[in-house]
Amino acid sequence: MKSFDYVITDEVGIHARPAGLLAREVKGMAGSTVSIGKTGDEKVVNVLKVMGVMGLGIKKGDSVTVTVEGGDEDAVCAKVEEFFKANF
Amino acid sequence: MISIQGKGVSVGVAAGKLYFYQRAKSTFDRHIVDDTDAEWARFKSAQEKAIEQLGELAEKARAEAGDEAALLFETHQMMAEDLDFEEAIESMIKDDRLNAEAVVTDVGAQFAEMFASMDDSYMQARAADVKDISGRIVSILSGAVQGGIDSEEPIVLAADDLAPSETVQLDKSKILGFVTSLGSGSSHTAILARTMGIPAIIGVGDLLKEEYAGREVIVDGGTGNLFVDPDDDTRDRLMQKRAELIKRNELLQQLKGQPNITKDGQSIRIYCNIGSPDDVYPVQENDGGGIGLFRSEFLYLECDDYPTEDYQFEAYKKVLSDMNGLEVVIRTLDIGADKQIDYFEMPHEENPALGNRALRICLNRPEIFRTQLRALYRASAYGKLSIMFPMVTSVWEVREAKKMCEQVKKELTAEGIPFSEDVDVGIMIETPAAAVISDRLAKEVDFFSIGTNDLTQYTLACDRQNNDLGRFFNAHHPAVLRLIKMVCDNAHRNGIWCGICGELGADLELTETFLSIGLDELSVSPRSVLPLRQKVRDTYVSVVREGLMNDLLGDQTSL
Repeated sequence: MKSFDYVITDEVGIHARPAGLLAREVKGMAGSTVSIGKTGDEKVVNVLKVMGVMGLGIKKGDSVTVTVEGGDEDAVCAKVEEFFKANF
Repeated sequence: MISIQGKGVSVGVAAGKLYFYQRAKSTFDRHIVDDTDAEWARFKSAQEKAIEQLGELAEKARAEAGDEAALLFETHQMMAEDLDFEEAIESMIKDDRLNAEAVVTDVGAQFAEMFASMDDSYMQARAADVKDISGRIVSILSGAVQGGIDSEEPIVLAADDLAPSETVQLDKSKILGFVTSLGSGSSHTAILARTMGIPAIIGVGDLLKEEYAGREVIVDGGTGNLFVDPDDDTRDRLMQKRAELIKRNELLQQLKGQPNITKDGQSIRIYCNIGSPDDVYPVQENDGGGIGLFRSEFLYLECDDYPTEDYQFEAYKKVLSDMNGLEVVIRTLDIGADKQIDYFEMPHEENPALGNRALRICLNRPEIFRTQLRALYRASAYGKLSIMFPMVTSVWEVREAKKMCEQVKKELTAEGIPFSEDVDVGIMIETPAAAVISDRLAKEVDFFSIGTNDLTQYTLACDRQNNDLGRFFNAHHPAVLRLIKMVCDNAHRNGIWCGICGELGADLELTETFLSIGLDELSVSPRSVLPLRQKVRDTYVSVVREGLMNDLLGDQTSL
């Protein structure tokens, strides 16, 4: 399992559209399960579940922990982190 | 003629026949299915169809109203293909053996409920999106007929409310205006109507009757008036207004995005005066550069008791976030004089204009002031806030008010509540005393904003509510203009900016004078922004300055 922490800098936080974009990005990464939760919080959600991710209510300034399990963890984790930096 | 009042959400006037939207009807039975795999497959193919339709809608919206409008449907698309949504449907079909129509309706309602209960207005609004998506899938499953307009000639469209997908699917060339009985100013219908420039009125309630179908109506999307069977006078008046609005719109298109800069390169900021968070839309519509005066009184006037900190916070936050980082100057409570509020239980005064009002009340009743300051600083985390105190006459008042700001910031820090560190604090200059000691006041604050209505009344000793004083009440009086110049000079000597937020700011006869004086900002009603911008852009300050300043400062006068 690989993971990284990230602090959301985007004004709108993780709202509908960015959550959807994230799901699309991850859909293409076969064999890996990518989950997200607020750092330190027990509740984590598979990023493919867009409504669940929106339900976390992640706002600007919140720190999130993203974990990758299965598949090429190193490559997927790096890719997802890059995506966060570009979009959130 | 029948006159109906709603809420105008998209400016413009339209006249035509009223037509009620024919809604797509989907009726279905709720029943147990034998082959759950087949039912799941039915859902999957309806979902695929829905995603395809949403993609087409996104393209249509992009072509008609730009990327912003397309985004909505792309978001719907993502929600429709969401795994959470899909899994909930799959398990309900397989476990409960219900037909797909019933399952999608139930799951849609569950998700809508989840969003509606979140403590974030953005998320709450997503409830309508989920319902829209599940409604679309159900329509596909049940083979419902498409809704729409069945009319050869363009019409004024009436409905209870329109879902975003319904709005965009409509043939816009047929629609002159919108009237809905439900809806809010930030609903999709209102937003899309504005983006597409179609006049719209919402929230008419049950005054909108089916029996009006086919009758002549006029929609005024600015005032929110709907006239059924208008009489000749009303029709003439509104048609004239329509022509003016069209002309104005042309001006807007030309001037939108243009800088407020004179022919010889001097620039000035043009901001807007507003009285409630709902007024942000006209500010954006008229391309205001910020808000130079947000009168916070409305919060107190619309309540039966002192508004709470949270209540105020939400209102300030809304304005700040809606303005997307542009400056918003919020004036602290300014009641007393002509604005009285019962629950303040102010003793009767013989002469309230010179009485206990505005900042004086705040300093005498610090508990009220503290609540407002806490709400303001909390909101400062959501945009570019400046705080402004009204009715200043002495330096000590400003120091006392600033001390309270510091105290509030300390409290918030201790409580771990975020706020912005760069909130500017300024004052209104609306008493002759403040103008005369503006050199000293300038050392205490970050900006001045001159309230010309009160400054004129106090300087000329003329009650501005008294109509008999007509020719004595002269806002162009040299005493007033000299004070403005003095205040502006003192501001600049101390490195702070100076603006005007009274009605005089929009007076085009004085624009050249204000530019010559060197004011940094004029805050005016939203509809005055563009005419003022035009005037600024037509001016050569270097040509007019000397003459105007001689007129103002010399000892000779023609008046």
